[in-house]
Amino acid sequence: MSEATPAADGVVSRAEYCVVACAEAWRGGGEILASPMGLVPSTGARLAARTFAPDLLLTDGEAMITNPDGTVEGWLPYRKHLELVTGGRRHVMMGASQIDRYGNQNISCIGDWAKPTRQLLGVRGAPVNTLNNPTSYWIPKHSRRVFVEKVDMVCGVGYDHAAGAPYHRIPRVVSDLGVFDFATPGRTMRLVSVHPGVTVEQVREATGFDLVIPDEVPYTRRPSDAELRLIREVIDPDNTRAREVPL
Amino acid sequence: MGDKTMTADEVVSRLESGMTLGIGGWGSRRKPMALVRALLRSRIADLTVVSYGGPDVGMLAAAGRIRKLVTAFVTLDSIPLEPHYRAARERGAFELTEVDEAMFMWGLRAAANRLPFLPVRAGLGSDVLRVNPGLRTVTSPYEDGETFVAMPALRLDAALVHVNRADRLGNGQYLGPDPYFDDLFCEAADAAYVSCERIVDTAELTKAAAPQSLLVRRHVVTGVVEAPGGAHFTSCAPDYGRDEAFQKRYATTPWPAFAARCLSGDERAYRAAVKEES
Repeated sequence: MSEATPAADGVVSRAEYCVVACAEAWRGGGEILASPMGLVPSTGARLAARTFAPDLLLTDGEAMITNPDGTVEGWLPYRKHLELVTGGRRHVMMGASQIDRYGNQNISCIGDWAKPTRQLLGVRGAPVNTLNNPTSYWIPKHSRRVFVEKVDMVCGVGYDHAAGAPYHRIPRVVSDLGVFDFATPGRTMRLVSVHPGVTVEQVREATGFDLVIPDEVPYTRRPSDAELRLIREVIDPDNTRAREVPL
Repeated sequence: MGDKTMTADEVVSRLESGMTLGIGGWGSRRKPMALVRALLRSRIADLTVVSYGGPDVGMLAAAGRIRKLVTAFVTLDSIPLEPHYRAARERGAFELTEVDEAMFMWGLRAAANRLPFLPVRAGLGSDVLRVNPGLRTVTSPYEDGETFVAMPALRLDAALVHVNRADRLGNGQYLGPDPYFDDLFCEAADAAYVSCERIVDTAELTKAAAPQSLLVRRHVVTGVVEAPGGAHFTSCAPDYGRDEAFQKRYATTPWPAFAARCLSGDERAYRAAVKEES
């Protein structure tokens, strides 16, 4: 097909496509720490660990490393976590209040940093994350407010600022509309897939910069029946994923 | 060996306006809130506050006590954005040194180790360098030749931390899952003040807990304060969790009203106010 077209899928929710799209970020990662930030990425990391990426390490969101069933297997207080980052054996999926075509990410503030119109979290660990371990992003509400021409404060480092950074890599960006990467000659953001029910035009409209859009844009893969069962009955029975993506 | 016990107000009497003050904990976790409340009862202002920020920063910012803040974030964790901090930032109430979480840690480590800086692979390529024009880089003298940020030491005039147990000599113990950076704050400071849930005999410290829970060693501690509930409303595992209901009250009440209702008296008055609010 030359253009992805809407598909009615009454069985799998958009949130569940997002879970699988996030989970795929950790495929082939090996024995590394998965650091998901957000409800959908957390479900995705647990799904990956229970299926195709069994060597992943997970945390309880605090200082404990746990098996997918919650059994404590290790200790990772913040100081050790920050050191683990610099060792590189980690793939983090962060949020972004703004992200641009090169993958520069902002979670610090909106407007002029000296006197912001909206103070947000602060840079947190985005600078150290992006220079030391693979960093992907999860954006639950794809819009021009988030996908901007230029971020107001570079927290997570994008490809145009990463010259000479030996461990910089942004494997993917997942939003509620689709999946994106930077596998282009200019290292700018490319549309990899759209979730069923989303059109390429819709993605283009909701993005504040020119995306690289291939002639053929596939749909994000459908979760298998086994994956759906895990998501719905084992990992996220309370349906927290719907709080981020209500569709 | 000296008995270092003192009251929170005695700690504050040793602090001065204009000081650089490190505050332990992380976000809304094990913050030395009893000491912060005592500080708010004083007239000390013009502070440089160094903190992985939570309501400590929110309150001091709202009360106009901060001249400059050094931080990587300010959050209430379960409430991602600290509303009083936000309001103060958006009116340009103080100067900000915004650094990355790891840069902050290496700055404390440099101070604790009496080094002028430590190299860190963080900050380059980001706007942390743009908003901190004083930050310098350093190039590896070895074959790799990589360039790093030279994170300057975060030396502190005083540090305030809260732990679960301490003895009268200043040995501080944490019993929760995370030490945060409280030992580093104390080692980076000229004077460190440790509040705790309970002061116990030295021998008591290792009766039920492993020796590695002894986080803060007495040679870097100036004062010990027994402050039950001293981290409230932030968490102090395993003694208590975060008081989410009260934190929400703090976050949704205009600052002058909150301060008048909850912070106008001493700790006893505070506890009574908390009871009344919940």
